[in-house]
Amino acid sequence: MSQEGIIQGEFFMNGDEACAEGAISAGCRFFAGYPITPATEVAERMSRRLPEVGGTYIQMEDEIASMNAILGASWAGAKAMTSTSGPGFSLMMENLGLGVMLETPCVVVDVQRAGPSTGLPTSVGQGDIMQARWGSHGTYEIIALVPSSPQEMFDLTITAFNLSEKYRVPVLIMSDEVVGHMSEKVVLRAVPPEELVERPRPSVPPEKYLPYQTDGSLVPPMALAGEGYRFHVTGLTHDERGYPAMNAAAQDRLVRRLVDKIRLNRSDIIRYEEAWIDDAEVVVCAYGITSRVARHAVHMARSEGIRAGLLRLITVWPFPEEHVRQLARRTQAFVVPEINYGQIVFEVERCACGQARTALLPHMGGGVHHPEAILEAIREALR
Amino acid sequence: MTDTARAVRRSADEYLRVDRIPHIWCPGCGIGPALGCFIRAIDRAGLDTDKVAVVSGIGCTGRAAGYIRLDSFHTTHGRAIPFATGLKLAKPELKVVVFSGDGDLAAIGGNHLIHAGRRNIDMTVICVNNFNYGMTGGQMGPTTPLGARTSTSPYGNFDPPFNLPQLVAASGAAYVARWTILHVRQLEKAIVDGLTKDGFSFIEVIGPCQSSYGRMNKLGQPVDHLDSYRKRCVVKHEADLRETAIGLGGPIVVGKFVDTRRPTFGDRIDSMLHRAHDQKI
Ligand SMILES: Cc1ncc(C[n+]2csc(CCOP(=O)(O)OP(=O)(O)O)c2C)c(N)n1
Ligand code: SF4
Ligand SMILES: [Mg+2]
Repeated sequence: MSQEGIIQGEFFMNGDEACAEGAISAGCRFFAGYPITPATEVAERMSRRLPEVGGTYIQMEDEIASMNAILGASWAGAKAMTSTSGPGFSLMMENLGLGVMLETPCVVVDVQRAGPSTGLPTSVGQGDIMQARWGSHGTYEIIALVPSSPQEMFDLTITAFNLSEKYRVPVLIMSDEVVGHMSEKVVLRAVPPEELVERPRPSVPPEKYLPYQTDGSLVPPMALAGEGYRFHVTGLTHDERGYPAMNAAAQDRLVRRLVDKIRLNRSDIIRYEEAWIDDAEVVVCAYGITSRVARHAVHMARSEGIRAGLLRLITVWPFPEEHVRQLARRTQAFVVPEINYGQIVFEVERCACGQARTALLPHMGGGVHHPEAILEAIREALR
Repeated sequence: MTDTARAVRRSADEYLRVDRIPHIWCPGCGIGPALGCFIRAIDRAGLDTDKVAVVSGIGCTGRAAGYIRLDSFHTTHGRAIPFATGLKLAKPELKVVVFSGDGDLAAIGGNHLIHAGRRNIDMTVICVNNFNYGMTGGQMGPTTPLGARTSTSPYGNFDPPFNLPQLVAASGAAYVARWTILHVRQLEKAIVDGLTKDGFSFIEVIGPCQSSYGRMNKLGQPVDHLDSYRKRCVVKHEADLRETAIGLGGPIVVGKFVDTRRPTFGDRIDSMLHRAHDQKI
């Protein structure tokens, strides 16, 4: 352990624990949560680790309170996180929208289990992907990252904090039960301060500061509570002063900017990984734990002489539309295995735009796909 | 005008976003007077106002955050307390005040209210109780007296209300008081007490919603509505909290009901940190 309590080195740990360590390395010093399988280990680790690094852990009375507490903490200047699974994720939706509207940096981890409702509490699912995109009411854009290993739970948690600070938006980590609970080697690398992004801060004195005035960058500088700025922020549609502005013109101005600050920065935000893609006739598009099964299946297909490739999504939102469009022009088919009855497949199909066939390989949850099943879907796609 | 009165009047503008006046509240509404008491209390408490943050939920009362020239947050319906909890824990030097309505704090936010009391989080909650949901047009809620008429209790309310001081005291608050907007001095003093008290302080402010509750229950002109408070109020400090329930008629017990000292959540975090430190060495 280094002096400030940041742990470095190689460890055998599960994804939830790696997520907590990633948060601490990213500078997270506030965590509010409510226990739920399979995300509990994130909270448990944070309750032990935050006091060691001068941070604060609080177990709230529910996930609605947890979401609001991290928003409040962020406005007090802390990097803040909560973690949950489906039922709690549903409870967080209204105030995730508040985070978007107030432009509050924070990170929300959803270790997905199989739903709907209580579903299979201890088993894997990937059914919250569309909820991540559309779960709160109204028009907005969000950033969602999908780790596929404990190592990525560490690395992408740091990325999530950086993106949330940079764009002043809640960032979602859409993990799943298998990635959260599996233990693998995780390198807790040193994260140099210059790798950490901090929210834009006002450079003008309080008399000149307007909370939502941008300098053309789309992301306004953020004053914090207790610094003398005497700012007001509201979940109502507001103007540059942060004051309620109850008309369609103000709504247009604000919502366009909230969406555009993500949309127009897609190329900075979107992350994916590819394998055997250059000559691929069929592309398997997968994310999270399913991408690891898919990689195995693509490898098997290659050894049969089938020209298959893998597109592994790291950001599901914003979706890499342009890239899938380009792939569709040079491949024959997409196969989309996911642990739900079809979510990301609709995005792939939309972007393929009839240029390549799209096949869903669903799994209702409670387990992962069998590689043979994906291999068969690859063969089928080329028939 | 006395010197003190002038000093206070000058400072009132200091604490208000005058560029947002006129406000949205109806003539005869009780929220404005409650806000006035709050502003004077902040002035009297002699706080470093750069370090005061005000958080509101949603409702007519919830609009208060928007008129106060301090760091202020207008959050979602019922969620002012957990938002304020995050602010306070992440920056303990802040003085955090929640200013919101009875529906916001006791209905949709009721769970947060009792848990903040249980934790004895160091914050001051000012709850304007107008016995109904003013903003949405006067529906019944968990403070509406039995028998009262509201837009969703057209035959008289049959859904029994909370006795808020009893509820909040039972949950563990360090300070609990109730006044009406007629009791300007006592209310102001209670808010000063709350602001300077370590721990969770809860001040219930009874005030009229003239446009809905007052009209539907035929309480007359605003002045008659206030006159009914004058007739009904009984000052009883440290009252037996079984007696502080409010009916459609009958007495309204007001006063300072609880003023105790028990460790705040911040104190408990500090002692946990000491224990954690001792275990390591
Ligand atoms: C989740 C949610 N449900 C319902 C509403 C609609 N709503 C707005 S204000 C309000 C009631 C406010 O009542 P109270 O807190 O007593 O404030 P008052 O207007 O009486 O001051 C309701 C139900 C909302 N904004 N959000
Ligand atoms: S509706 Fe009632 S509570 Fe709302 S401003 Fe009017 S009088 Fe006040
Ligand atoms: Mg009310």
